[in-house]
Amino acid sequence: MPVIKVSNLSKIFGKKTKEAQRLLDEGYSKEEILEKTGCTVGVNRASFEVEEGEVFVIMGLSGSGKSTLVRLLNRLIEPTEGDVEIDGENLATMNKEDLRNIRRQKMSMVFQKFALFPFRTVLENTEFGLEVQGVSKEERSEKAREALELVGLGSFVDQLPSQLSGGMQQRVGLARALANDPEVLLMDEAFSALDPLIRKDMQDELLDLQEKMQKTIIFITHDLDEALRIGDRIALMKDGSIVQIGSPEEILINPANDYVEKFVEDVDRSKVLTAEKIMKRPETVNIDKHGPRVALERIREQGLSSIFVTDRSRNLKGYVTADDVSEARKQGKSDLREILRTDMPKVDKETSVHDLFDIIHDSPVPVTVVEDGKLRGIIVRGSIIAALANGSEVDGNDA
Amino acid sequence: MMLSMTKFTLLSFITSMEEFFGNTIPVAEGVDRFVEWITETFNWFFDPVKNDFGNLIENFAELLASLPASIVILLAVVLAYFLSGRRFALPVFTLVGLLFIYNQQLWEQLMFTFTLVLVASFISVIVGIPVGILMSKSSLAEAIIKPILDFMQTMPAFVYLIPAVVFFGIGMVPGVFASFIFATPPVVRFTNLGIRQVSKELVEASDAFGATGKQKLFKVELPMAKTTIMAGINQTVMLSLSMVVIASMIGAPGLGRDVLSALQRAQEGPGFVAGLSIVILAIIIDRITQNLNKGKA
Ligand SMILES: Nc1ncnc2c1ncn2[C@@H]1O[C@H](COP(=O)(O)OP(=O)(O)OP(=O)(O)O)[C@@H](O)[C@H]1O
Ligand SMILES: [Mg+2]
Repeated sequence: MPVIKVSNLSKIFGKKTKEAQRLLDEGYSKEEILEKTGCTVGVNRASFEVEEGEVFVIMGLSGSGKSTLVRLLNRLIEPTEGDVEIDGENLATMNKEDLRNIRRQKMSMVFQKFALFPFRTVLENTEFGLEVQGVSKEERSEKAREALELVGLGSFVDQLPSQLSGGMQQRVGLARALANDPEVLLMDEAFSALDPLIRKDMQDELLDLQEKMQKTIIFITHDLDEALRIGDRIALMKDGSIVQIGSPEEILINPANDYVEKFVEDVDRSKVLTAEKIMKRPETVNIDKHGPRVALERIREQGLSSIFVTDRSRNLKGYVTADDVSEARKQGKSDLREILRTDMPKVDKETSVHDLFDIIHDSPVPVTVVEDGKLRGIIVRGSIIAALANGSEVDGNDA
Repeated sequence: MMLSMTKFTLLSFITSMEEFFGNTIPVAEGVDRFVEWITETFNWFFDPVKNDFGNLIENFAELLASLPASIVILLAVVLAYFLSGRRFALPVFTLVGLLFIYNQQLWEQLMFTFTLVLVASFISVIVGIPVGILMSKSSLAEAIIKPILDFMQTMPAFVYLIPAVVFFGIGMVPGVFASFIFATPPVVRFTNLGIRQVSKELVEASDAFGATGKQKLFKVELPMAKTTIMAGINQTVMLSLSMVVIASMIGAPGLGRDVLSALQRAQEGPGFVAGLSIVILAIIIDRITQNLNKGKA
């Protein structure tokens, strides 16, 4: 069962919401509706589901309705229409008290400009959520300290927010959200106010934390790099509507329409980056020296599903799969040639990342980078995404 | 034909206008009757306020006046020292100023004036802050209360001195009442402003963590608005101090009475001394309340 299920969720700001909704359904644009009724379309019939432990990124240009959508999820903004279900309970029709309990126990929010209480210390800020629940002083202090420890601010408990740098303040924001151990984290452009280096640190840190905590995270951003780095799935918004939902790869490879394509094109690195820049050193076995035993060992050591096979002078011969190798061993075969496969995709060093998308999409094994018949490197799916998200610096191009 | 018709209607219009403006609408009588009605209906309230509350304030003022001046001055200087962040300007000014007033034989009057200001400001604040909160929470309340505040601040004081006397007789109590009317608006306005100024994100943060309305008010909004509210309180205190001369016209004892009697007898010297004493008190109270704000903000 999804943790969050949003169906047909709309928000129209203004007085004549009925009329605006009707015009919207008739296909009028956001601007036309504003002109005709004076109403602003915030979110237009959004539907999606978010699974437990997923990082769901909502991306879009300024004014596309991201903040509105995330605030509909905890009903900081009242929906005009539609449902928001959290663990099967519908927030949209819930009474105030139940809503408060959901906010206290199930979801926390991290804000773009941190929204820390300036007159409260770091610890007191972190305790806020527990304090309003009426948790005892010792218990909330303990939990808040744990949360601060988690974000690396254990020794700053008595400082005031104004004494901390932006990155540290947002860690407090994160700790405050984590302190009441919610199921769902709502993060509205949580890192947008930070400068690029700190921002990258925070993204990494969030991913590390996420590995430990396995929360369900709704992350808002207007930045494709950020979306690619941290999203398990990405939803793209335009003028209040969700225009595409998919994995980072799907969004990059198959943009649903021109809007998405434009967005993705901004990552023009995909044209600049070449195979050479993002390839990794391949794990190989030597067909002249090694048999199934060595191949299996290396496959196991590295946690692979297949391994490439070369000769003494690194000429690419093919690859063998883990299953084939272990079968061969059982049958006592000693030559890799018998189980060698050769249907791996080959590209040269100059192939652009953009072209790689299509090739890698339907390949079961990594793409090989070959020069004069010699294996120079391999490219796995993850390194394309990582390369795009990381800018130009890429790990492991030492082939 | 057309022309004479127009002439006719115009003429009759003018005569009816004259008739209308010739007869005064009985606003004054209406107010008279209204005040009379209030006095009779709310007697159960005015009487005890006039007597019991009046006695209480006067006793308090007399108690203050009966304390040895040296001790009161010492306390004031110590308070000024600590509240001004252990600097010397304010305590020295307090010491010299109060000694001067004592030397001019105005000490007892000073204690009465101080009591009047203290009581009036206190009532203004405990009424004003909740009203300000109400205003900040409801735009309807704001729309209703704002013009009332304008009315209270711009209506000449002499106008409500009359009902003040009718309701509360003469003495300290009508003085407090007049001062309340005049001095309450700033604390109401500033409380409203302070709460409305709290950033939207902070309000959202407190909502998002599931704070109740009350928790939001006490844990977020009031602490955030504190500096602004304190500025309002400072103004309220200053305004109520500026009412002491007017309050003395309806029998409130204190420095105001000396100013008033000097005015009536055209004695520049004593008038100046009493006036100067009010200014000294004003400066001391102003700086102390301002520092109260800075100290904890
Ligand atoms: N309280 C409001 N009243 C009226 N219109 C609003 C309100 N809040 C948002 N809007 C409108 O709704 C639309 C979506 O705004 P929203 O803040 O959700 O965009 P966003 O995607 O978060 O943009 P940004 O990246 O700038 O934060 C905008 O056209 C905005 O003007
Ligand atoms: Mg936004």
